[in-house]
Amino acid sequence: MIVADKKPIEEIIEELGAHEKILILGCNECVTVCEAGGKKEVGILASALRMYFLNQERDVKIDEETLQRQCDHEYLEEIRDKVDQYDAIVSIACGVGVQFTAEKYFSTPVYPGVNTCFMGATEERGLWTERCQGCGQCILARTGGICPVSRCAKRVLNGPCGGSSDGKCEINKEVICAWQLIVERLKALDRFDDYEELSPLKDWSTDRAGGPRKVVREDVQP
Amino acid sequence: MRLSYPTNIKIIRVPCTGKVDILHILRAFEKGADGVYAVGCMEGDCHFTSGNFRARKRIEQAKVLLDTVGVGGERVEMFNLASSEGPLFAKFATEFVDKIKDLGPNPIKLKKKAA
Amino acid sequence: MKGNTASRLKKVLSAGHLAVTSECGPPRGSDPEVITKKANLIKDHVDAVNITDNQTSVTRMCSLAACIRLKLLGLDPVLQMVTRDRNRIAIQSDILGAASYDISNILCLSGDHQSFGDCAQGQNVHDLDSMQLIQTVRHMRDDGKFLGGDEIKRPPQMFVGAAANPFADPFEIRVPRLAKKIKAGAEFIQTQCIYNLDKFEEWMKLTRDRGLHEQVYILAGMTPMKSAGMAKYMKNRVPGMDVPDELVKRLSDTPKEKQAEEGIKICIEDIQRLKEVKGVSGFHVMAIEWEEMVPEIVEKSGLYPRPEV
Repeated sequence: MIVADKKPIEEIIEELGAHEKILILGCNECVTVCEAGGKKEVGILASALRMYFLNQERDVKIDEETLQRQCDHEYLEEIRDKVDQYDAIVSIACGVGVQFTAEKYFSTPVYPGVNTCFMGATEERGLWTERCQGCGQCILARTGGICPVSRCAKRVLNGPCGGSSDGKCEINKEVICAWQLIVERLKALDRFDDYEELSPLKDWSTDRAGGPRKVVREDVQP
Repeated sequence: MRLSYPTNIKIIRVPCTGKVDILHILRAFEKGADGVYAVGCMEGDCHFTSGNFRARKRIEQAKVLLDTVGVGGERVEMFNLASSEGPLFAKFATEFVDKIKDLGPNPIKLKKKAA
Repeated sequence: MKGNTASRLKKVLSAGHLAVTSECGPPRGSDPEVITKKANLIKDHVDAVNITDNQTSVTRMCSLAACIRLKLLGLDPVLQMVTRDRNRIAIQSDILGAASYDISNILCLSGDHQSFGDCAQGQNVHDLDSMQLIQTVRHMRDDGKFLGGDEIKRPPQMFVGAAANPFADPFEIRVPRLAKKIKAGAEFIQTQCIYNLDKFEEWMKLTRDRGLHEQVYILAGMTPMKSAGMAKYMKNRVPGMDVPDELVKRLSDTPKEKQAEEGIKICIEDIQRLKEVKGVSGFHVMAIEWEEMVPEIVEKSGLYPRPEV
């Protein structure tokens, strides 16, 4: 899933400036799972903002709404009838949701309420870690199912680098060296000989480097 | 035991303090409460293992939020006692009410009235 | 081997001599004197001088410019290049720039992570890794082509090196990783600073068992300790460093004012011991901000005068 983290309320307050009718818009998907932008977080943020503005003696209307998704037209359409009631939206979906909402409701300012972080997994409640950077050409088959692009601080394809120590990364003793994991997994799979295969230069044109990407699937297009 | 404790407390029963959500706390302040406190079982004695620890974390979270929005984090507190400790319950109630009285009314309530 | 380089380092090694290299860190400013002064201190005692590339990610004068200065003084510089700061365009371009001055040695590295340096908030590039950088230089030299396939007019003639850490983790890949660097095209290796000689000798044995010492020149990395404090720091704080307790103790037991002298003594003893190890082709003496000690170390280790080649 896409993992996001809450923005400090102070920052959201600053974004909102002088707006007086604000919709807090959550999303039922990834950001709900990572407890940053679901219905509950909409409630907390809205309540906090209401108290803040009251305390500032400002008459600001704060409403709450949570959509099934903000990255699909059909769900975003659900708020079309009431968007005009607001002079700003705070979307606490991921950056995709914020932008899709902004594209759809072009004349309404849409502010981000979370920091979108990465694609990752829930290791335990309250701990999410990165697993994928969407490079567009998956090499996991070669690396024992562990991704050096997303999990090595230098995305070294023929690792580890010289900074690997006791299985930990040089940047931080809490970060596990991805190449340590790869070597362990290759051994467990009885494929340790593969380690000496040189990984060729990667084609990064399908990565961020290639510019905004799209996937076109004619087979499923209407 | 016929203990007396302040009468301006509204008790909301929950099966376990683990049920107390940060939203409940925030809504109480929005509605004009001057203070909110949770009374849970002794730490380590939770019937549901860790409900009272969760409650404490949420209280801490609420403190931060309330400070940020200007209501004041000191208006929310967590207490722990065993079910047999009636006198302690009364003592916590008195102490907390005294503290809130010193702090004065919830600023939001005042401004709502003024508006 | 195809390419025909004018590398003095390569000539010394291929003539069968024990080579001696050292390194200079460029200044944090644009004063050319800093680098030429350091180089002049050591030039008669070494065959080639590495110029570090923004080591520990602290921004400094660029390695290439400093290498050009040394080359113009008649020295044989080793251009250190990290993949942290350059994409494949910049890498190839810098290699050609170096080749235009006939800089004839390159050491291919990935580079310390930028979080260690003065631009911790910057991006890193890592378009290639160190092995792929080795492949790139070899491709440009041996095939005379750019990565994109076009022909290079006057291809670079470079002696290609890589780093190796005999003490790195996970231990089972220490030798396979060396083999991989050789496979990528490394012709010489400069190792991480060696303090645990027993472990290094064990690594050399495994290296010889696979015959790798016959495919690459291995220069043992030596850094004299300035003090017991430095030994402790290297032991506890520098990733991938193996500093035995006895060494720390030996320095700690030495009176403070004599520790530097003792450090030099240890370094010389170590070189003399490693000279006898089969497969060790020379020494890379990295006296960090202590370049003036290199001549003494080289002389007392019996590595002076340097051979004429």
